[in-house]
Amino acid sequence: MKASAPPKIESFKLSMLLSDTRYRGTSLQVITFIIFVAVFFWLVDNTLKNLALLGKDVSFNFLFLRAGYDINQRLIPYNSDSTHGRAAFVGILNTLLVALVGCFFATILGLFVGILRLSKNWLVAKLMSIYIEGFRNVPVLLWIVMIFALLTEFTPAPKAFKGADPQATMLLFDSIAVTNRGTYFPAPIFGEGSFWLLLSFILSVLIVIFIKKYANKQKNETGKNLPTFWISILIIILPTLGFYFLLGKPISLEYPYLKGFNFKDGIHLRNSFLALTLALALYTSAFIAEIVRAGILAISKGQTEAAASLGLRPNKIMNLIILPQALRIIVPPLISNYLNLTKNSSLAIAVGYMDVRGTLGGITLNQTGRELESMLLLMGFYLCVSLLISSVINYYNRSFQIVVR
Amino acid sequence: MFNAVFSQLILVLTLIKIFFNLKGEIMRKSLFMVLSSILLIVGGQAAFSGGHSVTLDDVKARGNLLCGVSTGAPGFATIDDSGKDVGFDVDYCRALAAAIFGDPMAVKFVGLTSAVRFTALAAGEVDILARNTTWTYSRDTDLKQTFLGVNYYDGQGFMVKKDLGVNSTLELDGATVCIQVGTTTELNLADYFKENGMSYEPVPTADNAESQQQYLAGACDTYTTDASALHGTRVNLENPDDHLVLPEIISKEPLGPLVRHGDDNWADIGRWVLNALIIAEEKGITQSNIDSWKDTKDAEIHRLLGTGDDDILAMVGLPKNAMYNAIKAGGNYGEIFENNLGATSGINIERGVNASWTKGGILYSPPFR
Repeated sequence: MKASAPPKIESFKLSMLLSDTRYRGTSLQVITFIIFVAVFFWLVDNTLKNLALLGKDVSFNFLFLRAGYDINQRLIPYNSDSTHGRAAFVGILNTLLVALVGCFFATILGLFVGILRLSKNWLVAKLMSIYIEGFRNVPVLLWIVMIFALLTEFTPAPKAFKGADPQATMLLFDSIAVTNRGTYFPAPIFGEGSFWLLLSFILSVLIVIFIKKYANKQKNETGKNLPTFWISILIIILPTLGFYFLLGKPISLEYPYLKGFNFKDGIHLRNSFLALTLALALYTSAFIAEIVRAGILAISKGQTEAAASLGLRPNKIMNLIILPQALRIIVPPLISNYLNLTKNSSLAIAVGYMDVRGTLGGITLNQTGRELESMLLLMGFYLCVSLLISSVINYYNRSFQIVVR
Repeated sequence: MFNAVFSQLILVLTLIKIFFNLKGEIMRKSLFMVLSSILLIVGGQAAFSGGHSVTLDDVKARGNLLCGVSTGAPGFATIDDSGKDVGFDVDYCRALAAAIFGDPMAVKFVGLTSAVRFTALAAGEVDILARNTTWTYSRDTDLKQTFLGVNYYDGQGFMVKKDLGVNSTLELDGATVCIQVGTTTELNLADYFKENGMSYEPVPTADNAESQQQYLAGACDTYTTDASALHGTRVNLENPDDHLVLPEIISKEPLGPLVRHGDDNWADIGRWVLNALIIAEEKGITQSNIDSWKDTKDAEIHRLLGTGDDDILAMVGLPKNAMYNAIKAGGNYGEIFENNLGATSGINIERGVNASWTKGGILYSPPFR
């Protein structure tokens, strides 16, 4: 009997790329990738050819041309002599402002409503259900327009504040003016020496944080509660107040006042901004509330019962036992709601809020006729912001997930 | 285009083969075919063409004209109580439809906001834009459009409530101004206030209706747009007498219909329908007396109405009596103006510079020959 010959090493043949299971997976992926790239290039090529047929080219030079239009809300200096690029940047900042403020209020409100919907108080729970279903089930655009209409139709015009016996008066010791063009708040004016005042304030806060940490450590080690509350308040208030008078009141408030057609000075929150932010925050908070509720319900009832048997009171159970565990479930879906809010802010045009969709994708697009370029820039911007938000929150999320050892 | 479709077909067939027929020999062939079809796609001239067709043929094949108009500018394009489109721009499109089809009703009106109008025209959603649009250099050149002429010489004005106590635009320093986004008025406004060292706060709105609502709610002190539109808006307000259109006109706004670049024949048709309406007024041809010109000795009228021997309208692909139908549809330029903007309409805009050159205006058409 002949010993079997050593297995012959088959020489590589091109056909093996698809017939051999060792290679097939890879080669199919390569083929798919090539097809994808080809289709992509074909689309781009096709677009460019058709633009050429229409006599148009693709150029981003318009970003460096004079914009020629004014923007009412600007966080950086801008006037009609600035470039289209700067106008786009003003819009970007306005978008980010709405997104930040909106996400902040949506989170707080959502957390609050979500917890209250689980309340044992029948009335509170039902009211919260109505709140959630009301905001969640009506398109956000309608809420934006509705709140904007309420703000402009049912508030007095600046004219109503005029005269010896005005129809409308300012709130809070003549400091806040609510008008149909927006709400005017007093603005802080930072005079000389305000730097040292702020520094002393920040130092006091740092000291308080340190004391809190020390107290927590003491509590963990010895179980003794240190009286920190009143000490913290004194540490924050006393030096700051002392410095405030020592430095000769460096920070003062600038009150809005009526001059000509409108209020002057102070911080002007336009109705467009208020309506958009409020509507987005309310709408998104309804979704966040449901996420919070789901997160809390997902924590087993045994945890509550165990905590109660240790003698913890209900709000301590919520803060110390339930919420920290629920957060692990809450945070991932929270990201997509933040993203939704940011992207929904492009509905700003409905109330004339000049976000990036209104400047770059609205007026600039219209005045320059660069539809493709403007839209590409816009899409790129929203993509970057969304990716940034998700990566930041994912990082935060990782920091408190259970570490599997 | 055939190239692209063909190579895609090969691609799909090949993929099907790969997944259902995994045999070496065929594989090699398939791989070759996949690669070759990719080469075909990348290298081939696979552009779907977007602009070579002749607009007139498209319109005729479709059986109606797609005319882009305003979403609601009193006097220019609105919808009346019976649901019918009416207005100055609407009547121009009806005349154009009558010239092509002999039927002034063969038009579909597409309401466009000022912000989307050029995109809609460029994308072919409308054949012609008659939407009180200002003829400017950059719109003519950079936006790749062809303006067909001026059908209304307008200028930008301001409307205020009388109780504001303002009688001149120079008193508007610090005012809040309602303005439609994406219009030339937006740029004029910025320039005008800058030139005069005044400040203002713009309140951008999407269209005329929203501007009007904001203005009435007092969210802005003044509303600025073309003076003709202001007059049209004012008469439709609840108490027109409480509002005032300020006397200053801060810009030149020659309004006219426009089409896409690249189809000169289509542009010629639109331009000469407009000119025909202007010439008709000059010659005294009206909707009612148009049939009584058969024996006139004026050769231009015969050419215009197609009652002579020459058939010069064949040059642009229109029937011989096209202009007859156009004028018959809504009357001459003067009648259209009167019915939509003048005394008959209640808007009461004076003809002013929009009168024929024979009557002291600047409306002047090149000769029809």
